[in-house]
Amino acid sequence: MIRACSVSELPEGEALRLDGPVPVSVFHAEGGFYALDDTCSHQDASLADGWIEDCYVECPLHAARFDLRTGVPNCLPAKNAVRTYPVVVADGVIYVDTEARRDVA
Amino acid sequence: MRTVAVVGTSLAGLRAAQELRGRGFDGRLVMIGAEPPYDRPPLSKDFLLGKVSAEDLALAGQDDLAALDAEWHLGVRAERLGAAGVTLEDGTTIAADGYVVATGAAARTLDAARKLNGVHTLRTLDDAVSLKQGLAAGPGSVVVIGAGFIGAEVASACRLLGHDVTVIEAMPVPLAPVIGPEMGTVCAGLHAEGDVRLIAGVPVAGFAGADRVTGVRLADGREIPADLVVAGVGARPATEWLTGSGLAVDDGVLVDSGCVTANPRVIAVGDVARYRCRLRGRRVRAEHWTAANEQAGVAVANLLAGETVTHFARHGYFWSDQYGRRLQFAGVATEDVRIVEGDVASKRFVATYHRGESLAGVFAIDSPRPFTRLRRAL
Repeated sequence: MIRACSVSELPEGEALRLDGPVPVSVFHAEGGFYALDDTCSHQDASLADGWIEDCYVECPLHAARFDLRTGVPNCLPAKNAVRTYPVVVADGVIYVDTEARRDVA
Repeated sequence: MRTVAVVGTSLAGLRAAQELRGRGFDGRLVMIGAEPPYDRPPLSKDFLLGKVSAEDLALAGQDDLAALDAEWHLGVRAERLGAAGVTLEDGTTIAADGYVVATGAAARTLDAARKLNGVHTLRTLDDAVSLKQGLAAGPGSVVVIGAGFIGAEVASACRLLGHDVTVIEAMPVPLAPVIGPEMGTVCAGLHAEGDVRLIAGVPVAGFAGADRVTGVRLADGREIPADLVVAGVGARPATEWLTGSGLAVDDGVLVDSGCVTANPRVIAVGDVARYRCRLRGRRVRAEHWTAANEQAGVAVANLLAGETVTHFARHGYFWSDQYGRRLQFAGVATEDVRIVEGDVASKRFVATYHRGESLAGVFAIDSPRPFTRLRRAL
């Protein structure tokens, strides 16, 4: 588990990129907090720079939309899913379990 | 509607097919195209640099294509459209109740270079493969004609591959009609920073060389040595096959704001469509990836409804990767340009274009997050 930030530091509609060997970002959507691989599966772009709406993040470059719950894209140009990670909120702090990567079939 | 024929199988045609199935069309779907569906934007960027392969460019996986449950006629061009249906170059005629015209555009060529080897255009995968082979001959002098986005991307890639690169642009300021003179000047500066010569405001007069190009002659009398030339001088909508179809054609297939022709059973999408743009109050041919991607849903909804019930009114958006930077533009350029984030000198900034009190456009270099938020505000 790594500490991402406090809940107050991540308002709804915002995302935070966590530095690591593989960049992972935590997103605050209306349904709660989600963590995904930060790099769009289509081309080199950071999903943390994207647009969060409902339960999706839209890539800032080509507008591929990924489901924050599953990492699965629902439109072109992305064809492949991005991986998701468990998120835990405890005592007002957001933690991401970057070790427990959930690969998508 | 029992049968729909989609003519053109690039992004717009594929998206139209996906939209047809997504909206419940369960009839016969016929896909006619010279090439399988692949993504063109990387051709002038990562494909030239060898970072992605032809396989990587596929717009859809085999499963996705199979799910369309379509009848494919690939590698054949449509020759004409008439009362009997669409006739292919192999003589087959396919009759349908609905037609999607998505034949795209073909790269403009320079007549003076028609018989010369070593002069390339870049539109198709084959073009890109041929250009890549030409560049693989070792470091040489490359001249790129046209400093639009494709020209700039190709110039950037050629320089990264170790070639000596000169870009020739007829207009004094590259891209001025698209992003305005101020931002065009900024983009012109990217070439020099990337160690590429830009000669702007000078048209090309001709070429030197007997059977292979050896140089490019400029209108001011200069001759620029060239082992290889890439002409990035725009594209012409592929409408020749519609001669005699009765469809109105004028720099593209004329369609209404819902991408529907005068015949409600025929829609046109992507580079080939010149649609009535409600945002700009005139007809527009939007030659960008995003337009092809977004028009399909609108057009197909109208085709299935039998009339125009929904309109395409999205702001234009395009991006470009060149010299290690990411450029993004949305909306329209006006004379009232303001830098709202970063600074031009560092080449990392956001500029907004205004019309009175309203935001008309956004241009950004290496600033995707603020760009995305402003684009949403258009």
